[in-house]
Amino acid sequence: MYSDKVIDHFSNPRNVGEIENASGSGTVGNPKCGDIMKMDIKVEDGIITDVKFKTFGCGAAIATSSMATEMVKGKSIEEALELTNQAVAEALDGLPPVKMHCSMLAEQAIHAAIEDYQKKQAAAQ
Amino acid sequence: MNTIYLDNAATTAVSPEVLQAMLPYFTEHYGNPSSVHATGRDARKAIEAARRQVAAAIGADPAEIYFTAGGSESDNWAIKGAAFMNRRKGNHIITTAIEHHAVLHTCGWLEKQGFEVTYLPVDAEGRVTPEQVEAAITDKTILITIMAANNEIGTLEPIAEIGKIAKAHKILFHTDAVQAVGAIPLDVKAMNIDMLSMSAHKFHGPKGIGVLYIRKGVRIDTLIHGGAQERGQRAGTENLAGIVGLGKAIEIATTDLPAKAARLSALRDRLIDGILERVPDVRVNGPREGRLPNNANVSVRYIEGESMLLRLDLAGIAASSGSACTSGSLDPSHVLLAIGLPHEVAHGSLRMTLGSETTEAEIDRVLEVLPGIISDLRSMSVLNKDTSTVTDEVFYHGKK
Repeated sequence: MYSDKVIDHFSNPRNVGEIENASGSGTVGNPKCGDIMKMDIKVEDGIITDVKFKTFGCGAAIATSSMATEMVKGKSIEEALELTNQAVAEALDGLPPVKMHCSMLAEQAIHAAIEDYQKKQAAAQ
Repeated sequence: MNTIYLDNAATTAVSPEVLQAMLPYFTEHYGNPSSVHATGRDARKAIEAARRQVAAAIGADPAEIYFTAGGSESDNWAIKGAAFMNRRKGNHIITTAIEHHAVLHTCGWLEKQGFEVTYLPVDAEGRVTPEQVEAAITDKTILITIMAANNEIGTLEPIAEIGKIAKAHKILFHTDAVQAVGAIPLDVKAMNIDMLSMSAHKFHGPKGIGVLYIRKGVRIDTLIHGGAQERGQRAGTENLAGIVGLGKAIEIATTDLPAKAARLSALRDRLIDGILERVPDVRVNGPREGRLPNNANVSVRYIEGESMLLRLDLAGIAASSGSACTSGSLDPSHVLLAIGLPHEVAHGSLRMTLGSETTEAEIDRVLEVLPGIISDLRSMSVLNKDTSTVTDEVFYHGKK
């Protein structure tokens, strides 16, 4: 049911972990539906120079977390905000229909981390 | 790499003896059992022989055995048939919260037709008590339907005691024994069972064939109308090869049952104890005593079931989970929620069901692989003892 790319990102997830003193951090999902994702980003001069995730969830949740981190790493905040769940799913060669909500979480986690960064920036000024 | 198949509660392989018994009934003895000619009579004989094999296995008379298309049809027929036949006597049905969906959804449909259903809650190990059943009986109760053994957590229900109560109150008692046949001894007479469902593919028979046992004298409405097959109670040309396979499979499954059950129980305990020894923060779902000999079900804290299944699958091990992600819905298993597990813990469940082919070496291989998979997934999980939403007590339960 999963593509080879999903299995690859699930078996060898990229960017697992946490960033100490992250510029921004976002957690989305809840244990009730079985998926929780946390994304940490490090931002320098408007560029996401590092990103790490930790996920409690199914194979698709872990794979989309991994792929989403790959897709925003090195991108500007503006570019990262344009990341859609559709793009994450496509980069994984598709997801089964019942798993599309997992890719939503990845998009939401990135957005939550950026929002947190922007709030911190605003507070600092 | 050979797959280590630990999903025998989902389905089993057809055993070679069963397949051999079935094969002639596709091409040689393919007659319609209703036909007058010799080809038809051969088929009829084979069906009656299978009926005797089934009857002998559960302490019934051959005339009380009706072939169906499987467990779901048997459950539907027993429950709907009993409900509509007795609707002038009453409209109340008693069942439990942890039945298979073939029972629960049938009861749910009957509620829409004006019947009332009591879904008895179960204790933390998935057991319903005979006292609960008796207390739920009203003067409107026409049917009690309670499973013999739970398909997810392996809990054995006190069906002999429930049968006694049903008999004393003159209420029909149906049991879904789909997981129990071939796993534990069953005697419909001694246990006062009026109707019993089974499915061949759970005990090394073929898929698409099952049985409903209906005690002599019990009358229920017909579900499948048409021809006069199965003494006019279940229409449709008989699944000849399937019936022959079911007969052979139940004969094999119930021969030397105590010895087979003891072997599986020992392997099951080796698996459960091995996991508890090697992995912290694991709980056993269902009881340690009074559970199906082949069923191991654990919840692994901080991680999700489907991700465990996938990693096990990549390692050549087939298992299942009650997590939402394996059911296609957002809710985890109704059984795990009914025994009081928080969602987070229910999502982390792992069911491994052994079969007659399972070996000690296979169990040891699982015990070698599983701890690494769990610690790997835990290392990438956002949940840990600080972020978990559940209390530690949930995880002390069930340990020896």
